[in-house]
Amino acid sequence: MLELQHISFEAETDDGVHKILRDVSLTIDERMVVITGPNGSGKSTLAKIIAGIETPTEGTILLDGENITHLSITERAHKGISFAFQQPVRFKGITVFDLISIASGKKLTVSEACNYLSEVGLCARDYVNREVNGSLSGGELKRIEIATMLARGTKISIFDEPEAGIDLWSFNNLIKVFEQMYATIHGSILIISHQERILENADKIVVLADGEIRAVGDKDEIMPELMNASGICSRLVDRV
Amino acid sequence: MAMDLIQKRLLREVADLHDVPAGAYNIRADGQLAGRNTTANIDIVTKTDKPGIDIIVKPGTKNESMHIPVIIEKSGLQDLVYNDFFIGEDCDVTIVAGCGINNCGTQESRHDGVHSFFVGKNSRVRYIEKHYGEGDGRGTNVMNPTTIVELGEGGYMEMETTQIKGIDSTIRNTTAKLADGAQLIIKEKIMTHGTQYAETNFTVDLDGEDSSTNVISRSVAREDSRQMFNSNIRGNNRCAGHSECDAIIMDNASVGARPEITANSVEASLIHEAAIGKIAGDQLVKLMTLGLTEKEAEEQIVNGFLK
Ligand SMILES: Nc1ncnc2c1ncn2[C@@H]1O[C@H](COP(=O)(O)OP(=O)(O)OP(=O)(O)O)[C@@H](O)[C@H]1O
Ligand SMILES: [Mg+2]
Repeated sequence: MLELQHISFEAETDDGVHKILRDVSLTIDERMVVITGPNGSGKSTLAKIIAGIETPTEGTILLDGENITHLSITERAHKGISFAFQQPVRFKGITVFDLISIASGKKLTVSEACNYLSEVGLCARDYVNREVNGSLSGGELKRIEIATMLARGTKISIFDEPEAGIDLWSFNNLIKVFEQMYATIHGSILIISHQERILENADKIVVLADGEIRAVGDKDEIMPELMNASGICSRLVDRV
Repeated sequence: MAMDLIQKRLLREVADLHDVPAGAYNIRADGQLAGRNTTANIDIVTKTDKPGIDIIVKPGTKNESMHIPVIIEKSGLQDLVYNDFFIGEDCDVTIVAGCGINNCGTQESRHDGVHSFFVGKNSRVRYIEKHYGEGDGRGTNVMNPTTIVELGEGGYMEMETTQIKGIDSTIRNTTAKLADGAQLIIKEKIMTHGTQYAETNFTVDLDGEDSSTNVISRSVAREDSRQMFNSNIRGNNRCAGHSECDAIIMDNASVGARPEITANSVEASLIHEAAIGKIAGDQLVKLMTLGLTEKEAEEQIVNGFLK
């Protein structure tokens, strides 16, 4: 179980201090939790704070009751947190196989690496020896990023907009990948998404707007409100 | 020919050789000939006017390889050697050269090799050169390789040079002249550390119509080491030239790149790309989220970059 308690995050910019997250408290214990909300509302920042990439200005993060607020990225990775980036990183010279091996934390055979790639719909033989560099398309990189998450197999898996750039065929499979992931790992999957189809599969939906949690609930509670998009927007307008 | 263990290890490092190679070879150890083999198509002759050898490859020689390693174990040895490769027409050969120095003394050991390649019409040559130094003394290892390439009409040469650690000072000079339709690919990999200095100078003259070259340099400079990359590609005809210098800089190191392209023909198309920078922060972060420490992540990135 992952618990965020009163998380705030401020960033210094040229025009002063920016409050990006304000007093965010959240428990993630369900099979699949989805965070949604407008662009710039602080979703990726929250994910980075969980992974240890950003340090919160205030607040505490507990993983299975242990305070991990001050642990490094590496230590959190070892404790069981994985994070698929919104924008996957490119590497010159590091192959898809290398990356999946590193993610798995053990010496992988090529056929094991290929299995992970096949699960995300990539024809493994074509990809396993390719470099994770600019020659891969955006959608391919996103899928490789997801394959590394499968190889990690940790109790908390965070996906930042996994559907971005993924075509329709893959989109159906993406949902299956999450279901299968849960079936084998039994961990919690935290997904940042704007996609109705992904929201529909959530056990819990969190709506973030302007750095604050606006609503938390199951899909039956949240979806109708979201569909009536003016709901969030009008509240945003209220703030201004 | 009897080799000691150190010589065998140096040979393995510079030529991937575990023992005496198959095919043609010429092994030079501590300034002396330590072994030679010629084949029906490849002749090796000792020069009479200066130290070095002539390697003569008969026209039409296909799929043959030759190994020309140099190993130095004596601290303080200053070795200068001229190797001339005469490759006939329509050949397809692989040449593996390299220099390994084991300097356990306190003096400077030095190897300056001048390698000239005269590549005949429509011949293909793959040239692999590795430089490796080791030692537990305070003697410095110096290597200054010079490579001169003349590619005949339709000739093709791919040159791969690697220098990973161990060499304290190196100035590498490569000059090439290309005839019609000739193509030259150069791939250079360098890693320096400590207080090492590495300088590379490439001058390529694209004289022939439809000649082309691609010079790719990847390097990593760590600790207090310094590197300098100079290249000049001159397009003297309808031709295509591309050079690319990509360097990772770490610690207190310093890297310079002075790329020059000169077009002496309106039909010349020349491009240079150069990038020097530290390891990208998001690359480190990504590998750390996969469980590596910062140090391990750095190693992975550098190894991949130089692979
Ligand atoms: N280190 C930082 N310094 C300054 N501003 C930052 C920093 N990190 C994030 N921000 C700002 O915080 C806000 C939230 O960014 P974040 O990337 O978390 O949004 P998001 O909800 O993921 O948006 P999107 O849906 O577009 O991905 C943005 O306005 C962004 O510009
Ligand atoms: Mg985002």
